[in-house]
Amino acid sequence: MTLIIKGGRVIDPANGTDGIRDIYIEGDKIIQPPKTKKTSGAEVIDARGLIVAPGLIDMHCHLREPGFEYKEDIASGTRAAAAGGFTTVCCMPNTNPVNDSRPVAEFITGQAKKAGFCKVLPIGAITKGSMGTELAEIGEMAEAGCIGFSDDGKPVVNAEMMRHALEYAKTFDRTIISHCEEPALSAGGVMNEGAVSTRLGLRGIPAAAEEVMVARDISLARLAGARLHIAHVSTAGSVELIRRAKADGINVTAETCPHYFTLTDEGVMSYNTYLKVNPPLRTEADRKAIIEGLKDGTIDVIATDHAPHAASEKDVEFDLAPFGISGLETALALAMALAHSGLIPMAELLRKFTVNPAMALGMAPPSLLPGAPADIVLIDPETEKTVRPEILLSKGKNTAFSGLVLKGWPAATINEGKKIEFKL
Amino acid sequence: MALKKKDLLGIDYLERAEIEEIISTAESFKEVSTRDIKKVPALRGRTIVNLFFEPSTRTRTSFELAAKRLSADIINISSSTSSVVKGETLLDTARNIEAMSSDMIIVRHSMSGAPIILARALKSSVINAGDGAHEHPSQALLDLFTIKERLGKVEGLNIAIIGDIAHSRVARSNILCLNKMGANVRICGPATLIPADIEKMGVKVYFRPEDAIDGADVVMMLRIQVERQKSGLFPGVREYSRFFGLNLERVRLAKEGVLIMHPGPINRGVEISPEVADGPYSVILDQVTNGVAVRMAIIYLLAEGRGTA
Repeated sequence: MTLIIKGGRVIDPANGTDGIRDIYIEGDKIIQPPKTKKTSGAEVIDARGLIVAPGLIDMHCHLREPGFEYKEDIASGTRAAAAGGFTTVCCMPNTNPVNDSRPVAEFITGQAKKAGFCKVLPIGAITKGSMGTELAEIGEMAEAGCIGFSDDGKPVVNAEMMRHALEYAKTFDRTIISHCEEPALSAGGVMNEGAVSTRLGLRGIPAAAEEVMVARDISLARLAGARLHIAHVSTAGSVELIRRAKADGINVTAETCPHYFTLTDEGVMSYNTYLKVNPPLRTEADRKAIIEGLKDGTIDVIATDHAPHAASEKDVEFDLAPFGISGLETALALAMALAHSGLIPMAELLRKFTVNPAMALGMAPPSLLPGAPADIVLIDPETEKTVRPEILLSKGKNTAFSGLVLKGWPAATINEGKKIEFKL
Repeated sequence: MALKKKDLLGIDYLERAEIEEIISTAESFKEVSTRDIKKVPALRGRTIVNLFFEPSTRTRTSFELAAKRLSADIINISSSTSSVVKGETLLDTARNIEAMSSDMIIVRHSMSGAPIILARALKSSVINAGDGAHEHPSQALLDLFTIKERLGKVEGLNIAIIGDIAHSRVARSNILCLNKMGANVRICGPATLIPADIEKMGVKVYFRPEDAIDGADVVMMLRIQVERQKSGLFPGVREYSRFFGLNLERVRLAKEGVLIMHPGPINRGVEISPEVADGPYSVILDQVTNGVAVRMAIIYLLAEGRGTA
C-alpha cells in the first residue's frame, strides 16, 4: 500500500456511492481495504471535510502545442488541468500542424507522458487540415490514441461530408464532436446578436447560427446511426433540439461550458475582450435554459473549452481579439455554484465531469472501486478563493472571471496513484 | 461649469444634465465663429491630437477648427487599422502619442469600442469622434443643438430616423441622446437594416417611411452605403430610393415646418432627393456650422473638468 485517503466523503457516480470511506491505493491502482489495520509506510491524506471523487475528465480543451506554444504548451496546460482537478483531458486538433494524422497524435501523447501531470487523449481532426473537404485518417488516428474526432473551431460545412464522417467514425467506434456554427450566419460576428450587440454596434452571431447546425447534425446522426456529441451548447434553442432528439432515441450527447451557465452577453457592455468567446455568451434566458438542460440531463457534460491566449492578443480592439476563455482551473469551482445553490445535486454534478464524458466518448466510466486506476480528485467544497489571472498556472491568463469569489475548489489531484504537485 | 469626467466616449455615458451643459456652452461658443478674429484664448498651450484611423474630412476638420478657435495646439494623425498588420497595436500607437505629452486625443476608428479601450489605458482625455457602428456623440450633440436652435425644444417632439440603422453610429447616438431629452424616436428602414432588439433602446420601428414621417417634427436621413447591397441587405439603389428615399411627397406628411437633417455626406437622389436636400426645410448645412461650436464646448468642458482649461 502506498497511499491512503482517509475520512473523505467519497462520491463515486458510476456506482452510486456517496458516504464517508477510506480509499487505499497501491501503485497506480485502487485496492481493497486491507484486513489488518497496519498501514505502515503508506502516505496518509487526511480527507475529512473533503469530497473524494474520480479524477475529472475534460473532453474539450485546447493545449495549443504544436504550433502555438506562446499561448500554452502541453506541459503548462496539463499542469493547469491537474490544478483544476482533471486527470484526463481531450485536446482539440486545431494546432499547427492540425492533428489530422498519426504523427501529430503521437507527438501530443508523447509530450503529455513526458510532462506527467495528467492523461491526454487527443481529439483528431475529422477532415485533413480541418479544411472540410477530405476525410482525415480517422482509423489510424484512433489506433494512435485519438478518442474522438472534431474539426472544432470550424464547423464541417458540407452536410454530406458530415454524414460520411459520422459513418466512418462509427466504423472505428469513435464519436464525432460537432462544433455547430453555420458560418454564413456567423461571419464577422464577435458576440451574441441581440439588444447588447445592437447597443454596442458590434456584429452579432445569432442563436440560429448554432441551432441550424445542431438540427442538421441531429438529422445526420439519425441517418448514419452514429454517435454524435454536440460541443459547447450555448442557446436555449439548441437545448430544446437536443432534448427532443434524445426523446426520439437518437444517439446524441451534449456539453456546455461554465461560462454559458455563469455569464451573459450583458457582461460585454464594457467591450471586455476577455468575455469574447465562440459560441458567444448569450442572454439570461439562454443561461437559464442551459441550467435547465443540465438539470434534466439534456446536457450530459460540463467541459471547459479551455482556450488560452496571450495577453497581447486580448488587449486589442474587440473585433480583433481572438475568441476564447482560459478555463481549466476555474471550471469545477464555477460548477460547484450549481451544487451549492441546490440546482444540481453534487453527485449529479460530478457525473457530468466524470462518467458522462467517458460515456460520450465510448470509454469505460471511471470509478473508485478496487481495481480501478488511482485517478482521484479531492475537493474542498467550502474553501473560498478569488479568481485572479495571476493565480492561474496556465500560460493563458485570459480568465473571464477575474475578481469573482468562488466557493469549492480542488484540494488535491492524484494521477495514476501520484499526488500531483502543481506549485510552480 | 465643467464635465466631471476624463473622456467623452458616447451619449450612453452622459447624464441629461451633462448634455444640457454641453449645449448651453455651445450656444455661447457659437458667437465666436461669427467674429472677425475667430479665437478665444481658453486652451492656450494645450496639445490635442486628432487620431483618425478612418478617413474623414468633415468631422476631423470640425474638431480641428474647434480646437484652433480655443487656441489649443492640434495635430492630425491619420493612421489606418493596418498599423496592426505592421505590428503596432492601437494601444501602442496611442501610448506613443501620449508620451509626447498630449492632453487630449480625439479618436475616429472603424471598430466599435476602440475609444473605450484607449480611454481605459491612457491618462489623456479621449473624445470619441465615431467608432464603428457604436457611437458618434459629437454628431448627436450637434443635431440636438440644431433642433433646439430651430424649434426651441426637444421634449415631446416626434423624430424619425430613416435608413441604415444597423450600421449607423449616428443613429445609435441620436436615439440615446433624443431619448434622454424626452423626444419620441421613430426609426425606419428595411428589416435587413434594423438591428436586433432595437426596440429595447426605446424606439418605435416602422417599415414604411410614410408611417414614420407622419406628423414628425424632425426627419433625419442616414447615408446608405451602396456596398451593402452586395451582402444581400437590399436589392439595389433604385428600389431603395423608391421605398425609403426622402422626396417632397413624403416630406408633406410631416408637420408644418419639419426639419430635414442628414449627417452627411449625402447621396443625392438616393436616400434624399435634391429638392429636399436643398429645400427650405433642410438644415443640413446648419448642422455643419453648429458642429464647430458643439465640439468647442466638448473640448472646453472636458479640459476644464480636469483643471487644464
